Amino acid sequence: MAKYNPPDQPIVMQLFDIACLVAAIFLALWFPLYMGWAGISKNLEKIDNPTWDALKQNPTMVAQWEKLGFTPETAHAIIQNKWVYSIDWTQLTIMTIVLLGYFIFLFMASDREYRDVIEEKFNSK
Amino acid sequence: MTATSMGSAPQKISLSRVLGPIHVWALGVGIVLVGEFDGWNFAADKGGALAALIVLWFCGLLYSAVAMIDSEVTSTIAAAGGQYAQAKHIVGPLMAFNVALYMVFAYTMLEVSDAILFGDAIVQKSGGDGGINHNSFVAASIIILAFLNYRGVLANLNFNFTITAIAFLSIVILFFSVMPWSQGTVLKLNELVTPENALPYGWIGVIASFHWGIWYFLGIEGTTQAAEEVRSPARALPLGTMAGMVTLLIAATMTWYVCASLLPWQLLGSTYFPLWDAGRATQSPLLENMMFITTLLAALASANGCINDAARAWFSLGRDRYLPSWFSAVHPKYRTPYRSIIFLTPIALAFAFVADLNQAITFSILSGVLQYTFMSINIMMFRKKWPLGSIQRGYTHPLHPIPAIMLFALCMVTFFAIFLGYGVQLTAMVVFYVVVSVWFHFYRYQYVRRGAQFTMPWPKPQGY
Repeated sequence: MAKYNPPDQPIVMQLFDIACLVAAIFLALWFPLYMGWAGISKNLEKIDNPTWDALKQNPTMVAQWEKLGFTPETAHAIIQNKWVYSIDWTQLTIMTIVLLGYFIFLFMASDREYRDVIEEKFNSK
Repeated sequence: MTATSMGSAPQKISLSRVLGPIHVWALGVGIVLVGEFDGWNFAADKGGALAALIVLWFCGLLYSAVAMIDSEVTSTIAAAGGQYAQAKHIVGPLMAFNVALYMVFAYTMLEVSDAILFGDAIVQKSGGDGGINHNSFVAASIIILAFLNYRGVLANLNFNFTITAIAFLSIVILFFSVMPWSQGTVLKLNELVTPENALPYGWIGVIASFHWGIWYFLGIEGTTQAAEEVRSPARALPLGTMAGMVTLLIAATMTWYVCASLLPWQLLGSTYFPLWDAGRATQSPLLENMMFITTLLAALASANGCINDAARAWFSLGRDRYLPSWFSAVHPKYRTPYRSIIFLTPIALAFAFVADLNQAITFSILSGVLQYTFMSINIMMFRKKWPLGSIQRGYTHPLHPIPAIMLFALCMVTFFAIFLGYGVQLTAMVVFYVVVSVWFHFYRYQYVRRGAQFTMPWPKPQGY
């Protein structure tokens, strides 16, 4: 196999590649955060006029909350903000397929490239 | 090793081989120890205090597997880039490109989390009355640490060793100050973690907690980034990594015990400063102030190590032309990958200003878990392509393939755990990696030299 000589990349194109990467980083990762789309699945189970009893805190717990300056009113949003673990099977299936597809593409394409590397390293004249 | 700059002849400048096992320990523990000061406790939010302990054990297993696997491969492939260099030699260029990006984002987002923690802690200490600007402390921490990294690796990691050791020592001091042998005196575990609230969401909560359990140890694999800068890679890397893992297991266990015994689980699960709050709950000004200061130090040590590691991974990509070779320049005086350090700084700042703490940590964890998934498959391929005895290994990990299978299974559980609550981040991250993989395979790869990717003096891999 003849040795592969990659083309030289002009400075302008190097800058263009850097811009592409920066765009991918900001569009895929930063933008969803900026737009506030990356929320979490929690639900506030509100109690009107909360007391430590209503919040199901025993005397030791109450003492520890109070040492850190909390009252039933300020602790209410922390205690009653609960996770909702309902599984959306459609979303899970799509996510699994995307993740699997990503890894399959990754390993197959890598193997194709790796064969070029090994061929040139060990078999080139 | 040479470095090239954009459009110029290669500069014959290399990274300095000046580090020993103690620096490897400082790099690994320095990055990770902040996880005890903040982040692990969100596992209690997702599943209760007992769930946080269960995932501590399982994640300890996961990371022991990571450390063992990593030590074998890295002590054999000692090159800057760590897992990136491993992927290049064992799986192929596209995998290597992805692995380097996993590292860059795991570390950059961890750096972002550290900076947010640093800013939040100072604002909280000041009373949060608006007189102190959070963003100015975030920006200052990132820029000053980037400058330190720019100026040289040895002084930088000596600095990291010092502040990491102080932070670790503070956990030990707090642990013994609250008389852990005498439950009921200061610690109140039995009253705070009761049969009714130990697992408030049942076993699904335990699974969900894996998301944050990873944070107890995430980044220990960063020790391999120093491969080209340690004097004896085959000795220093396994020794520094394993010693780091032991340190972290001790620190994590002490941290859980003290925090779960001083804070109600809902508070533990929601606070940004579990150890500092534990110090406050003792009502000792000395312990409170000590934990405040070491929370800041742990955040700085971690951000410092992250800048070091992310820049080296980015530098390696430039050196191999996976990215524009402009990034591969080494500073002629300080011998650091300065362009990579400078390039990543504004990206960290941009995320630090819009993300909140748990979002930034989730991005970091996701990249980390993708990397661990790779590592579990990578070690299988390594043993298959070069069976034991075919090449010289600095270290051979025991019980193969059990650690790899265990690591893979725990990664799958963690993906599911992240899906439970943070599905949008998971989707965004995978979409990002799919897009850049397609970009690399169908466009960027034309600029990559083929045979030059394989630099180890090994025989041809079996099966090729």
